[in-house]
Amino acid sequence: MDALYNLFNVLNNVFVNIAIAIRSLFADPHSVWANLTMDVINFIIVVIIVVLAALILILLERKIAGWTSQRTGPNRLGPRGWFQTIADALKLMGKEDITPAGADKFIFKIAPMIIFSLPMMTLAVIPYGKGMAPLDLDLGIFYFVAISSISTLAFIMAGWGSNNKYSLLGAMRAVAQMVSYEIPLLFSLLGVVMITQSFNLGVIVEAQAGLPFIVLQPLAFGIFLIAGLAELNRAPFDLVEADQEVVAGPFTEYTGLRWGLFFLGEYGNMTALAALGATVFLGGWQGPIFLPGFVWFFMKTGVIIFFMMWVRWTFPRIRIDHLMHLAWKVLLPLSILNILLTGLGIYIYRLVMGG
Amino acid sequence: MGTVVFFVFAILAVASAWGVVTSKNIMHSALYLALSFSGVAVLYVLMNADYLAAVQLLIYTGGIAIMVVFAIMLTLRGEISDSNPENGVWGWGAIISVLMFLMIALVVLTNTDWRVLPTPWTSGGSASDISLLLLTKFMIPFEAVAILLTMALVGAVVLAKGVKVSK
Repeated sequence: MDALYNLFNVLNNVFVNIAIAIRSLFADPHSVWANLTMDVINFIIVVIIVVLAALILILLERKIAGWTSQRTGPNRLGPRGWFQTIADALKLMGKEDITPAGADKFIFKIAPMIIFSLPMMTLAVIPYGKGMAPLDLDLGIFYFVAISSISTLAFIMAGWGSNNKYSLLGAMRAVAQMVSYEIPLLFSLLGVVMITQSFNLGVIVEAQAGLPFIVLQPLAFGIFLIAGLAELNRAPFDLVEADQEVVAGPFTEYTGLRWGLFFLGEYGNMTALAALGATVFLGGWQGPIFLPGFVWFFMKTGVIIFFMMWVRWTFPRIRIDHLMHLAWKVLLPLSILNILLTGLGIYIYRLVMGG
Repeated sequence: MGTVVFFVFAILAVASAWGVVTSKNIMHSALYLALSFSGVAVLYVLMNADYLAAVQLLIYTGGIAIMVVFAIMLTLRGEISDSNPENGVWGWGAIISVLMFLMIALVVLTNTDWRVLPTPWTSGGSASDISLLLLTKFMIPFEAVAILLTMALVGAVVLAKGVKVSK
């Protein structure tokens, strides 16, 4: 039993110990150069997480699409079709890179890069395990929301730079939708911040040792999921790229790897949002001892991602006026109500406990 | 290390501000403005005002810049590549800038109280400090600004939609 417990301890701390070992290569383990080396290594790890997540999720999405609509999904390439994404990526790389004649060239070219770079910045503050946050920011949640709000601008740049009616329409929809849903998203996270008195994601995870915040904040979790789906522009909120209405929205004119960058960015953002949800509401790396912390974390993230995909292939697309109605007249009042109830709860708790 | 980062982002902020006023395409001006806001946000981080930096990104880069871009899209007519002809008027611009600079320089240099020693902020996260100040010492200005903004918002909606005349 003791040996087993030791094994789990080793597994739990394997990455932290590797980091300490790398630091100990320097004469002073906390010098500027040691910090810089660790930052570079952390950055590379985050990039690998984004790319791997995109590779796996694209295939997973098609498998789940097959499962929900009762067809087989990709099943030809490799064992049970698991190499399909590699073939897709190769195909994308081989395509011609077209820039439309009337396009605003620089804006057109830089927009997909911005979209792809944002999930790398947001995933950097997530604690993947005990002491395993690449960047331990005091303002974790706030930083996350601030960075992800920039993606709206990238959508405008893509839509405007393409010089295409449908792209511009899609970009306008993106702005209307993402600016509206940002507010309930941020407000739904505030309840947890009020309970823990901290924006730091590490502190929030530590506070969930007893019970995850989904038990205390079920309303906030629901709002977070809905607003998060809308922020990601995924069905049933995929008005931005609604194929039947605006061809493919801001992505209409993009070809080859530039379009692929948008796709990678979308899945990267999805991973980031699911990771945030798992961290804030589902307890992050906290879990029963029989699995290491990072395994728990990725399992919880996976559950949220699966839920998002399941929703996408279940519900029809919502109409644009209904979308705005939902954001401003339903989700926003509910999230403010949640903040009020949380404040009352904290007040009563302190009154009773005498804190 | 801090000095290098400061100069990289200070130059970025100033250069993109230069781009805002000299760009012929007003859409590019608006996007340069967003870049300038982001550069200023990094300068806030270097001054240990993390919260302010995040707010700068969230409100200015993610909100105001988008509103500016939208306003441009809705009011634009004619050819976009030559949509900002006013920035050719260099003489008046230079005079106004020099006067502005002189005025600010006079105020800063004659008032020694403006010089705050550049000591790093040490006590805890800046978010809790700001919220404490906003809800105690600066409560009334904070609420006044909130009411002012709400009134501006209502006014904008009324101006845009018009009011039904009641009989």
